[in-house]
Amino acid sequence: MDAIEKNLLAEVADLHNVPEGAYNIRLNGQSAGRQSTAHIEITGKEDKPGIDIRILPGTRNESVHIPVILSESGLQEMVYNDFYIGDDCDVTIIAGCGIHNCGVDTSKHDGIHSFFIGKNSRVVYVEKHYGEGDGEGGRVMNPTTVIHVGEGSTFEMQTTQIKGIDSTDRVTEADLAEGASLVIHEKLMTHGHQTAKTRFTVAMDGDDCSANVVSRSVAKESSHQEFFASLVGNARCAGHSECDAIIMDSASVRSVPEITANCTEASLIHEAAIGKIAGDQLIKLMTLGLTEQEAEEQIVNGFLK
Amino acid sequence: MLELQHISFDAGSENGSDGKEILRDVSLRIEDRFVAVTGPNGSGKSTLARIISGILKPTSGRILLDGEDITDLSITEKARHGISFAFQQPVRFKGITVRDLITLAAGHDITVSEACEYLSEVGLCAKDYINREVNSSLSGGECKRIEIAMILARGTKFSIFDEPEAGIDLWSFQSLIRVFEKMHKQVGGSILIITHQERILDIADKIIVLREGQVAATGSRREILPELLQGTGTCAALLNHA
Repeated sequence: MDAIEKNLLAEVADLHNVPEGAYNIRLNGQSAGRQSTAHIEITGKEDKPGIDIRILPGTRNESVHIPVILSESGLQEMVYNDFYIGDDCDVTIIAGCGIHNCGVDTSKHDGIHSFFIGKNSRVVYVEKHYGEGDGEGGRVMNPTTVIHVGEGSTFEMQTTQIKGIDSTDRVTEADLAEGASLVIHEKLMTHGHQTAKTRFTVAMDGDDCSANVVSRSVAKESSHQEFFASLVGNARCAGHSECDAIIMDSASVRSVPEITANCTEASLIHEAAIGKIAGDQLIKLMTLGLTEQEAEEQIVNGFLK
Repeated sequence: MLELQHISFDAGSENGSDGKEILRDVSLRIEDRFVAVTGPNGSGKSTLARIISGILKPTSGRILLDGEDITDLSITEKARHGISFAFQQPVRFKGITVRDLITLAAGHDITVSEACEYLSEVGLCAKDYINREVNSSLSGGECKRIEIAMILARGTKFSIFDEPEAGIDLWSFQSLIRVFEKMHKQVGGSILIITHQERILDIADKIIVLREGQVAATGSRREILPELLQGTGTCAALLNHA
């Protein structure tokens, strides 16, 4: 791995070395390292690109790293990763994709991650997207995440895209069984002429399940963002979605929250707000001696923290 | 020492329309430890604070800090010249913590124990607050105390507090007064307090009374306070009924 690739790996997975536990590193369409453990088995798919990750029931306090690095300009790929998580697990899965493109051709990584989660498990899923390189070629990522949360299980998803991805169209779909819960925190910042579209659909099928989808985003310069969140309550459940966007320069943001109740015991709330940085926030920080630009940076960093 | 020379401010004058005159020919010298500004609502007290801190530009007049003309400096430059301003209505920030704000106020990285010191001065237990976000989960009173802690952390030679007592309930005025006294002992300089509170007026070395945008009276608390308290007594109409 060269310096650029190592840097991407650090950006998307906080990895400076070969990780502990199970991992699969995908580099320019090829596997650049894979390790299974006693409880976590990673195998390559035979019919299409991608891997199967099987986590045995009762696996606790273990992690899986599956970073993807693209450093060849113009590389385009579509990857299928399936996660089978047994009952009574407590695991952390760290995915992420970094693209370095210094050429003129578009580099693109599309992935479909499917999660099949058993009963009474807890899964933390961390996903970071990052792009760099000064080439004119686009850096495109279109991740799809499909999550089936089993009875009494919890799925926590943290997804972050702060820099460098020119175009993204992300789709996240989840269905929740009885007593399951889903927590999603999305952080997004776009600049230049970037576009980001993000769409969450959550079917709350089991009694006493809950979903909390929170998106915080900052749109700078001429970028454009669209946010869709659809919560469907089919049982006795509690759902909340929140989209909070800061808009700057000549950016545009569209936010479409949707809630549907098909059961009288479903309790659903949505909140959406778009606005520029409040003038009094800037002024307060300037009275502490910050310049307007420094104040703006602090406010944006804090908002996305 | 801060000197205001013939400061006037017209609201709306920035858009060229004939605005309402909020301040009219205000001239003041502020060199005492504690200077209290008081007066009825709408008399121009907060406007005066906003002009000194650079948030508003005066329509006419000059502001001198230790003899240097700072009238045309920006908010940032005024702050860097040593002017601090605790807002009447503290500002909330999503994602920014109490520690972040105190660090920004101090202007350098501070240790937990330093931050702790500033917070305990204003009656907050640092352990409970230092990592809290300054968002709507904090009450008005808590935000107000954090606002004051930021001014302590800045430690500048000229500090303005706009109605620091408002919203501070259980924390006694005595503690607030002790904060001012300690600030002065450590930094020197002047503290300008906009207040309606008799107990704060009671510690002022100098009291300035604003009325309808003008200085109605200025002097020591012995000169000003008795007259002021008489004037704010029970409504005459009520007395007549009784």
